[in-house]
Amino acid sequence: MSDTASIMPEHPPVLDWIHDFDHTDPRWTENPYPIWEELRSASPVVHTDRFLGCYMPTTYEAVKEIAYDTEHFSSRRVIVRDVRPEVANPAPPITSDPPEHKPAKQLLLPPFTPDAMKKLEPRVRAICNELIDEFIADGKCDAAARYTKHIPVRAIAHMLGIPEKDGELFIKWIHGILELGIKDNDALMTAIHEMTAYFAGHIEHRKNHPTDDLISTLMKARDKNGQPLSDQHVLGSLRLLLIAGIDTTWSAIGSSLWHLAKTPADRERLVAEPELMPIAIEELLRAYSPVTMAREVMKETTISGCPVKPGNMVLLSFPAANRDPAMFPDADKVVIDRKENRHAAFGLGIHRCVGSNLARMEMTVAIEEWLKRIPDFRLDPTGTVTWSEGTVRGPRQLPMLFGKPA
Amino acid sequence: MSKSPRLKVHVDQDKCQGHARCKSLAPELFELDEFGNAHEIGDGTVPEGLEDKAWLAQSNCPEIAIEVTEE
Repeated sequence: MSDTASIMPEHPPVLDWIHDFDHTDPRWTENPYPIWEELRSASPVVHTDRFLGCYMPTTYEAVKEIAYDTEHFSSRRVIVRDVRPEVANPAPPITSDPPEHKPAKQLLLPPFTPDAMKKLEPRVRAICNELIDEFIADGKCDAAARYTKHIPVRAIAHMLGIPEKDGELFIKWIHGILELGIKDNDALMTAIHEMTAYFAGHIEHRKNHPTDDLISTLMKARDKNGQPLSDQHVLGSLRLLLIAGIDTTWSAIGSSLWHLAKTPADRERLVAEPELMPIAIEELLRAYSPVTMAREVMKETTISGCPVKPGNMVLLSFPAANRDPAMFPDADKVVIDRKENRHAAFGLGIHRCVGSNLARMEMTVAIEEWLKRIPDFRLDPTGTVTWSEGTVRGPRQLPMLFGKPA
Repeated sequence: MSKSPRLKVHVDQDKCQGHARCKSLAPELFELDEFGNAHEIGDGTVPEGLEDKAWLAQSNCPEIAIEVTEE
């Protein structure tokens, strides 16, 4: 169980998943797949009175309908929480709806193209090897604490032009926002205020000392009227990049290593056929998609024949969509060379993850470098794997032993 | 002369959201603009031998933005 559960007031245990689902229930955190299957077989859209009222689309088709429907569903709140305070601290473009969304997103796209990521790749390879150097001689490690956690933190810090050593601060804030914040508004606000003050300092410094990093790129950007972005807009986008860019990829790399640790056949195949890596990465993204988003219902409509009413949130589970057997044959199996894979791990429609090319590059490099140095590894039977709760799912403890079993 | 019909690919610009799967799977057929959105190279004609890549790209586009037509 995550530490959140031990500190925060518990939600009552779920007795009826179909009418009272709760994505913060420890059983969901531990193994959500059979729960999603139960919900999907009941209805394409289910509802809970928890979280002040919330729907969940359970099929790929229903998730897609909602993702494409910006008229009835707003992105102004992108996390399903116990409370629904006034909308504040927007993080454009993820919290933007049309017509504000497109110009905010266009600004962020050029620094995240595949070509831009190629320039960052050597640094990420070096980061991975620096991390492996620290634990390889031990013959074992907690891969979540020592490896997968640090790669995205250092990569995004490098892109933003801030010290890689500030990573521990970022991890603390993200935990406050994405995990504690579901149930504890003070924890969320503290994290947001600390993060905002930190970036405000970096913005202020660059006003007199411009650099060529991503913070300066945002500060130099001009809107369609030729005006610079407000400090608030720059701060919001920086918050987004940090929140969205770290524990998501931490989770995706961790789930991939977890799968490979317990699936020697896939591991051996990737070592023998490294050219399979791009296809394998997509399948790992499908099977272990880390990110669940949210929408808020603004106008009454129907989704896959089910009525949805304003005043409710929507738990937009791309991970559940990616396990829908109507869309993916053998959806619950990892088919490491799956040929047809329209997975929605990075979302669908206008809110497609702006960092998807970064995430793919980090995942690919992290798995490649690990397999080069540690081709044989397995879960440590004396340790426990734990998973994060809520919006982003991935291993937070991942004890591994290196080498072949004696 | 050729056994199979000649293929053409086309990316619907209204549907493409820049997932870049096509560019990754078939870089001979697709390229990206400065925002990372995809379009077909040239007039989209698929050179002989790359037919499988055209279908692969089409069947991996999450937005169903790629059309493959037989001439």
